[in-house]
Amino acid sequence: MDLVTLWFWLIALTFTLYFFLEGFDFGVDILRPFLARNEAEERALVGTIGPFWDGNEVWAIAAAGVMFSTFPVWYGTLFSGLYPVFVIILLSLLMRGVSFEYRNQVESQRWRSFWDWMSFLGSLIPSFFWGLTMAKLIEGLPINADERVLGGFAEVFTPFSVVGGLATTLLFMLHGANFLLLRLHKDTELYNRARAAALFWGALATVAILAFVVMGYVTEGLFNSFGVLPWLFPVAAALTLGSIWYGLTRRRDVLAFLMSSLTIVFSTVTIFIALYTRQVVLPSTLNPEYSLSLRESASQPYTLVLMTWVGAIFLPLIIGYQVWNYYIFRERVRPEEGGLNKGYD
Amino acid sequence: MGPDVLDLSRFQFASTSIFHFFFVSLTVGLAFLIAVMETMAFVHRDRAQIYGNMTNFFGHLFLINFAVGVVTGIVQEFQFGMNWSQYSKFVGNIFGVPLALEVLMAFFLESTFIALWWFGKDRLRPALRLASIWLVAIGTQISAFWIVLANGWMHHPVGYEVVGDQAFLTSFSQVVFNYKAWLYFLHVQGSAWSVAAFFVLGISAYHLLRKQDVEVFSRSLRIGLVFAVIGSVFSATSGHRAAQVARYDQPMKFAAMEAQWETSKSPAPWSAVAIINEKEQRNTFNVEIPYLGSLLAYNRLTGNYEGLIPLQERYERELGPGNYIPPVAWVYWNFRIMVGIGMLMLLAAFGGAFLWWRRRGRLNDTRWYLRALLFTLPLPWIANFCGWITTEMGRQPFMVYGLLTTVEGVSANSYGEVLVGLIGLWIVYLALIGLDIYLLTVTARAGIHHKPEAQMLAAPAPNYAGEGFQGYERRN
Ligand code: HDD
Ligand code: HEM
Ligand code: HEM
Repeated sequence: MDLVTLWFWLIALTFTLYFFLEGFDFGVDILRPFLARNEAEERALVGTIGPFWDGNEVWAIAAAGVMFSTFPVWYGTLFSGLYPVFVIILLSLLMRGVSFEYRNQVESQRWRSFWDWMSFLGSLIPSFFWGLTMAKLIEGLPINADERVLGGFAEVFTPFSVVGGLATTLLFMLHGANFLLLRLHKDTELYNRARAAALFWGALATVAILAFVVMGYVTEGLFNSFGVLPWLFPVAAALTLGSIWYGLTRRRDVLAFLMSSLTIVFSTVTIFIALYTRQVVLPSTLNPEYSLSLRESASQPYTLVLMTWVGAIFLPLIIGYQVWNYYIFRERVRPEEGGLNKGYD
Repeated sequence: MGPDVLDLSRFQFASTSIFHFFFVSLTVGLAFLIAVMETMAFVHRDRAQIYGNMTNFFGHLFLINFAVGVVTGIVQEFQFGMNWSQYSKFVGNIFGVPLALEVLMAFFLESTFIALWWFGKDRLRPALRLASIWLVAIGTQISAFWIVLANGWMHHPVGYEVVGDQAFLTSFSQVVFNYKAWLYFLHVQGSAWSVAAFFVLGISAYHLLRKQDVEVFSRSLRIGLVFAVIGSVFSATSGHRAAQVARYDQPMKFAAMEAQWETSKSPAPWSAVAIINEKEQRNTFNVEIPYLGSLLAYNRLTGNYEGLIPLQERYERELGPGNYIPPVAWVYWNFRIMVGIGMLMLLAAFGGAFLWWRRRGRLNDTRWYLRALLFTLPLPWIANFCGWITTEMGRQPFMVYGLLTTVEGVSANSYGEVLVGLIGLWIVYLALIGLDIYLLTVTARAGIHHKPEAQMLAAPAPNYAGEGFQGYERRN
């Protein structure tokens, strides 16, 4: 495998890890208003992701940083081409990121409710728009001969991309609920509510994901070029979703979480396969000739060699200490304990 | 003619960076101070209670501010692609590397270990907890290093070659050992330490004036003083050197800092106050201090430097027609404010050190000095702001000095989308900076007995109180 290909797949890996990790913390924040009935429960739910969300979010920054250094043309065209989408994502993340720290700083219910809204919207909106971005990535943008993107905000919304956004949001909610099953004490009511939520939102997610796969496959003809057995993807998607259902009803929480993780991994990888088989990083909807090709968008070989050393040293380290972080905070949370006053009296 | 996409993009980059730096300069400096405080708690077990309280108190302030630094940073990372896509394509081969290194070496480290440090209070062994805050502190320095290195490259490109419409990397070690970047790094470092030192000094002084928790705040005052001395000396010396270096590698910037239109005489004076007429390219009024200009530029009493008008002619000859003169008045005034504040900081830091030496414990009762410290608290921030304006405006019209102008770097965005984005960002930034200052003030005033009802809690933890050193993980 040459370095261009390697880095293409490392970018895919970064995005995949981002969606897998931030997927559940977005999910928990979106579900919080549906699950929590009182302040102690609110805090318990925040506590399930408290030590993790920041480390998860850095994967998005890593995706952008690595894209900049290894595929500058892709980075520049995608980020400027979807300008309004990224503004929306950024504004949401700005408000969400501080909500964790700020919601408990002032003793007032209105203050806390405000920040709860921010973390809800700040998770819901980016979930949708990240999904939309991924769908646009395979669907393509109106790129002209000068690698510039034409067209405005309205054109970002196509049936395919909107379904992509919805499917992603619902999938994250399911994933978040599954994560809660691993993080909440089993004898709490909250835990039972999380299971019910997983079943409910999981059903909706199943419908949305299947619709997305079918649209991409049949209507849009996007995955045609795969060269592998074309029915594999819908079937694989259906299988994993089926096993989540099985895991949830049989109380096999770990299985359910693993399967929702796999669903995210498979969906993200599918997007990148769809690009790779065409050897493009960003298709043009105006003229296939204007598409950004894999080779021409990449950095010079010297840069790629450097980055490979950097990646080889730091990626394992990062993954190592992040796993350790999850290990340290592995205990399950319960509302009373995680509630008021603990640890800071 | 109103502003165009270029102006909006510039304004948005400048505002995001200034907001970001407002928060992160405190983060970079305070992380170190807190690591030192926690080390004291670790080492002096008999006084662990006092230093533990100090660590928790300033740690809480640190966290309030850290959150905003993080979120504004995401905008920074994305905006190169969003607003400066042509620039990104031009420099990606080179510029992307330090940026990616920053993420991989620093951001992951900080974001993971900050959680372990704060939430792991009662579940990490003291040594590990101490190691965590040191990793956070080191992470902030690494992050500052790489990003300032990237920025330094734009002011003084090295180790590259331009082929077609892209710059190619020829030597990464030249990029890493770029003297300009190291100089900027030292200067930024010094200024970040100053910000944090005066922050700690101001807050300690506030409580000492009220005789609250004297045993904690008299000690944090002294830690702050040490850092203030180091920070302000660093700022002043590296800044002085930065000016000398700019004289030969960015002569336009240097001439603009001095509002020197014609080539100066030797020995050159230093202008203290000037009224600048940029249209007619002359100063209508100028108070000059003899010899100081040469001293600034050469460390000796002779020597002159080129003025803006002859430089403009030289640049036109070498690079083709165009206006190569940066906004002179902006650069001139911001430079002066920064230097003035730098002098005040030196005075405050060394004055404090002197009082400490002469008066020992009675420093805590030297009310006029403590009161003065309340006023110095915001100064380093203002100097930072002015410093970046000087540096970045002095680089105009170039984005990468001598290679790429700002006009060439901008994305093909529509006016409307950039404007709407800019308004959205400004609303959020203003809200965030207001909240940051408000929460910092409230928390700082409340002192160490404030119990924010409060802290966000990670997870229930078995209570390890009593393990390690006493009172370490508890307040009071
Ligand atoms: C890695 C690169 C980098 C870094 C670390 C910084 N900047 Fe910068 N700055 C740029 C890269 C840049 C730029 C992308 O090159 C801009 C955008 C337009 C331009 O001409 O330069 C710029 C412009 C720019 C301007 C506008 C100048 C003008 O348009 O006249 C200001 C005031 C600042 N920046 C301020 C800052 C501050 C406060 C920073 C500290 C955090 C900062 N910059 C760090
Ligand atoms: C334009 C240049 C810059 C970019 C692209 C940038 C990018 C970022 C990003 C993406 C973050 C968030 C990291 C996270 O989520 O944890 C961040 C935070 C931070 N940045 Fe910047 N930054 C820039 C300038 C600077 C400068 C000049 C400094 C200091 C000298 C600095 C120091 C920091 C620090 C200390 C943090 C907070 C802690 C953290 O990393 O999490 N940054 N920056
Ligand atoms: C005391 C005398 C000082 C001198 C002579 C000085 C000099 C300079 C010079 C010449 C530059 C521009 C460098 C260039 O663009 O080539 C600069 C930039 C800057 N200054 Fe200062 N400075 C001083 C004090 C301070 C203080 C006290 C602070 C903040 C606490 C500060 C913060 C900055 C910052 C943040 C920059 C932009 C980053 C950089 O270019 O390194 N300076 N300074």
